[in-house]
Amino acid sequence: MHELAVTQSILDISLRHAQKAGAKKITGINLVIGEFASIVDDSVQFYWELYAQGTIAQNAQLHFERIAGEMTCTNCKLSFHPKDTDFSCPDCKSEFVQITKGDEFRVDSIDVE
Amino acid sequence: MTIRVPIVENILNANDHLAVENRSRLESAGVYSINIMASPGAGKTSLIEQTLPRLKDKLRVAVVDGDIATSIDADRAAKAGAQAAIQINTGGDCHLDAVMLRGALEQLDLTQFDLLIVENVGNLVCPASFKLGTHKSILIASIPEGDDKPYKYPGMYRGVDALVINKIDLLPYVSFKMDYFERGVEVLNPGVVTFPLSAKTGEGMDAWTDWLVEQVKCKR
Ligand SMILES: Nc1nc2c(ncn2[C@@H]2O[C@H](COP(=O)(O)OP(=O)(O)OP(=O)(O)O)[C@@H](O)[C@H]2O)c(=O)[nH]1
Ligand SMILES: [Mg+2]
Ligand SMILES: [Zn+2]
Repeated sequence: MHELAVTQSILDISLRHAQKAGAKKITGINLVIGEFASIVDDSVQFYWELYAQGTIAQNAQLHFERIAGEMTCTNCKLSFHPKDTDFSCPDCKSEFVQITKGDEFRVDSIDVE
Repeated sequence: MTIRVPIVENILNANDHLAVENRSRLESAGVYSINIMASPGAGKTSLIEQTLPRLKDKLRVAVVDGDIATSIDADRAAKAGAQAAIQINTGGDCHLDAVMLRGALEQLDLTQFDLLIVENVGNLVCPASFKLGTHKSILIASIPEGDDKPYKYPGMYRGVDALVINKIDLLPYVSFKMDYFERGVEVLNPGVVTFPLSAKTGEGMDAWTDWLVEQVKCKR
């Protein structure tokens, strides 16, 4: 599954920035993941324990900040959380809506010592 | 003492960078490229098999096939007339990524081709996250999968440049509400170009291949 590739990237990014900051140890990694980014927190945690072994990040806590998905109606400007099988605007029923939140997929910061 | 180091870096940044490198490698050799994605069995290889004979004498085509295991699909592409067919076995990974495509590009003399067709691993979630560097992303939806797929797999429907609706020969036998399907697509990907076709009967194939040839020519 691609959580493995994702975990590897998170580790690479964190180690690179920790080195730049002259850190001895990474204690926390703060991730921001939107609802539409298909990632399972538990699997990332699982691979993390495998991959981070032997690096300065091996005891780092992974913090997942989840961003709820949001769509915005281009007709009446209402922002709403879409239902599973219906993307139309709950208010004016327009089908012209855009995704405005939920794509986030980034390492926001790391906590280092 | 703990300090917080701000980063704000996209998790798949490294892959995205490599994708950009793949793109420039393709561009400098004058190769146009597409990435075909779909669920397992939607008809990716069948579409390629039907497309190749129609491009004969028009374009020189290389095919790169991604699968978890076996070289069945690359063999099918070679048999259907691909000038080169390379299989990538991902060994468990649910998608191709830019590193894997780079490995395949290194095995090809790119100056010998006009079009590169990449068949991604059969999966409706993961390939959407991993850019390869190809010029266009194509999604195949197939009728037996059901009309609710845009709603269940929005990530895949959002990122693509063209949508093929395959297996339309099966429309009389399955309940598939085309307007419900199309409404979902329209929200996720307004105005996306769509090709309803059958890779079995050949119906609708010409519109698809004409479009493809046009894309390659525009690029020149
Ligand atoms: N009836 C019908 N069957 C089709 C059509 N296109 C493909 N098939 C059948 O669907 C099955 C799967 O086709 P493939 O082309 O192997 O699908 P694929 O997407 O490449 O599958 P994977 O690479 O394994 O993910 C085969 O049995 C094909 O004969 C079509 O238009 N109509
Ligand atoms: Mg196939
Ligand atoms: Zn509205």
